[in-house]
Amino acid sequence: MSQKERIAGGVANYVDERTGAAAWLNKNLKKVFPDHWSFMLGEVALYSFVILLLSGTFLTFWFDPSQRDVIYNGSYQPLQNVQMSAAYASTLHISFDVRGGLLMRQIHHWAALLFMASIIAHLLRVFFTGAFRKPREANWLIGVGLVTLGIVEGFLGYSLPDDLLSGTGIRIAEAILQAIPVVGSYIAFFAFGGAFPGHVFIPRIYTLHVLLLPGAFLALITIHLMLVWYQKHTQYPGPGRTEKNVVGYPLMPVYMAKAGGFFGIVFGITAFLGAVASINPIWLYGPYTPGQISAGSQPDFYMGWLDGLVRMSPPLETHLLGHTISWNILIPGLIVPGILFTGMALYPFIESYISGDKREHHLLDRPRNVPNRTALGAMSLTFMMVSLINGGNDLIATHFHMSINQIMWMSRIGIFVLPPLAFVITKRICLSLQRADRDLVLHGRETGRLVMLPHGEFVEVHEPISPEKAWTLTSHVQPQALGNVTEDANGVAKPKAIRNKLRARMSAANAEQAPAATLTEANELEGGHH
Amino acid sequence: MSPISRVSKYRRHKFAGPVLVVAALLTIGSAFSIASALPSANKMTAAATTTQIAEGKKIFAAGCSSCHGLNAEGSGVAPSLIGVGAASVDFQVGTGRMPMADMSQQAQRKRPVYNAEQTAALAAYVASLAPGPSTVDGANLNYERDGNTAQGGELFRTNCAMCHNFAAQGGALTQGKYAPTLMGVEPKYIYEAMITGPQSMPIFSDKTITPAEKLSIIKWIKAAQNEPALGGATTGRVGPVTEGLLAWLLGLGSLIGIAVWLATKAR
Repeated sequence: MSQKERIAGGVANYVDERTGAAAWLNKNLKKVFPDHWSFMLGEVALYSFVILLLSGTFLTFWFDPSQRDVIYNGSYQPLQNVQMSAAYASTLHISFDVRGGLLMRQIHHWAALLFMASIIAHLLRVFFTGAFRKPREANWLIGVGLVTLGIVEGFLGYSLPDDLLSGTGIRIAEAILQAIPVVGSYIAFFAFGGAFPGHVFIPRIYTLHVLLLPGAFLALITIHLMLVWYQKHTQYPGPGRTEKNVVGYPLMPVYMAKAGGFFGIVFGITAFLGAVASINPIWLYGPYTPGQISAGSQPDFYMGWLDGLVRMSPPLETHLLGHTISWNILIPGLIVPGILFTGMALYPFIESYISGDKREHHLLDRPRNVPNRTALGAMSLTFMMVSLINGGNDLIATHFHMSINQIMWMSRIGIFVLPPLAFVITKRICLSLQRADRDLVLHGRETGRLVMLPHGEFVEVHEPISPEKAWTLTSHVQPQALGNVTEDANGVAKPKAIRNKLRARMSAANAEQAPAATLTEANELEGGHH
Repeated sequence: MSPISRVSKYRRHKFAGPVLVVAALLTIGSAFSIASALPSANKMTAAATTTQIAEGKKIFAAGCSSCHGLNAEGSGVAPSLIGVGAASVDFQVGTGRMPMADMSQQAQRKRPVYNAEQTAALAAYVASLAPGPSTVDGANLNYERDGNTAQGGELFRTNCAMCHNFAAQGGALTQGKYAPTLMGVEPKYIYEAMITGPQSMPIFSDKTITPAEKLSIIKWIKAAQNEPALGGATTGRVGPVTEGLLAWLLGLGSLIGIAVWLATKAR
């Protein structure tokens, strides 16, 4: 034993004798994780969050969250002697007079966009592969909480500089608050400490942005990861992979190295973007005053769909008992997002109710094998994309030489027509892919080799696929439709007949599948019935 | 081995598909840009006349009267030009907006049809019909000396940004109309636009915005145009839409690419 090893051993022993960490580490460092690129989307979100914490801390050293009026006297000439809030002036100071300040601001903002983008990509992966099923419903709920908080946190963050663009966003947020029937005006008054814009809103959202919400994020992310650790990671189906095992690599050394390296890559790409691409150039926007606005005022993309919904809603208002109900803001700003996010949160429970599937799942679904869920996902995505596109309708109009009115009407019609269409098309594609799988298992792979038979007929040679691939294509359990049980064992009619009937119908739709290839069929074909 | 089969053996290569797609896109793209870059011949010979107004009247009768009427009184498709002044003619004809290329939503900036002399003649003719704002001499607009950038910025954000965007990049109006970008627009045309209110633009009289303030606005627009890309590539100075696109395509796109690569290497 060398000198170094003796010292290291001594330190390790010292720690172990006091904490008992050796046994715990020994067990947990060997923990196995399955390997797939799509499992790294959540990692991107986690690393972006770390970048956000670090760069955000840097920004707080100079940012002054105050709406008190100051006269700018910094290095940016086009705003010299302009009256502005201290928040805006300090953001200019960070951008132009703090060493590395603009780079940090841009890294912070790019990391925020990457954070939201990777959360959404991660959410889509979890949804389309059915990773939210039992026992992971709670983690799905936490995930929905995280994406919701992410939208709020992002909005509060880009509102802090008090520039013309973000002030416009705050104005719209105030309008949405006011649209809440009856109490809306009061809530807006409480939030802004009086009439808009007031002097308290920026300090308040600053506290939320740097203290409360990051704290909530840390707590939720910790639980999110602990649950992944405790429940173990899901894996894609394949030979040797069952509901009872995890096939992959140990944390130490494989994932320690991979995760560490990947963190470096995420940080690198964020820093690269921050260094070469301008983001949120607040000095061009100018300071916020309620009397000004810029053409093409858009929020960041994760709010863009909301903006698009508001932009497409027709001017509907009701005056009722001395109250104005602004449906044009209430529906797109609160009701539709409320339905969407509640539906998303409840989806694991709804699916389990419809399919009657109460089993534990650790093997992921291939999206084609669950046509209804995949179609529903495509439908929601289409809804979001139509809204998002309408959120940028003015830029699309100018850059593609179109009429903004036509784009709005396309969106108004498309928001109702395209999502159901996407559902039907996706479901058909899934069923076709299932048939293609069946074909592949039973008839093998097309080799592209054409052979002329002695009597002149041309045939393409098919090659059987590997047993591993055949297993992957056939191992899944196809859902069965739940019957509509109308009476119990004694012939007494069950209550809730309508609910049961509805469930039975949805269950039947959910169970619509192309018949999977079975072993018998495969054997029969091998026996020369080709 | 024939040349065909030498190429053909790569047709099942895993990169064959992507390479073909890229090649096809490049071919279509370059063909389109060549086709659209072909110059459109549109030249007029100057008619020799004795006085400027008479010459202008002649040009007007030939090039403008079919829409604006023989005496510039206007018609169902075009407004009356009586009283619009020389500045309006100088702006519309000098920037190539008039004569219009087609009856679309609004006149677009293009290569002028008439040369400076002809434009001046037309302006003189229209100015002779009724008094109106006269042509602005670009040489007299000493905005660099007389303007104030910061004040111009405030005025721009209050009066112009709502249509022309915060960085004067242009923006959408209703029914396919638009506020054009102000990047690269000559100061005299910016000034003339403010005093004549072309297309959908309101008129900013000298009472609303004083001549000195107009110079400040021009100074700010020029400052915005000449401002270096302070934070790196600007992505068009149109706000968060292009930033979001970049975050998804370049940011998350490259990260997913790397994730795929990392997962492949582990095999």
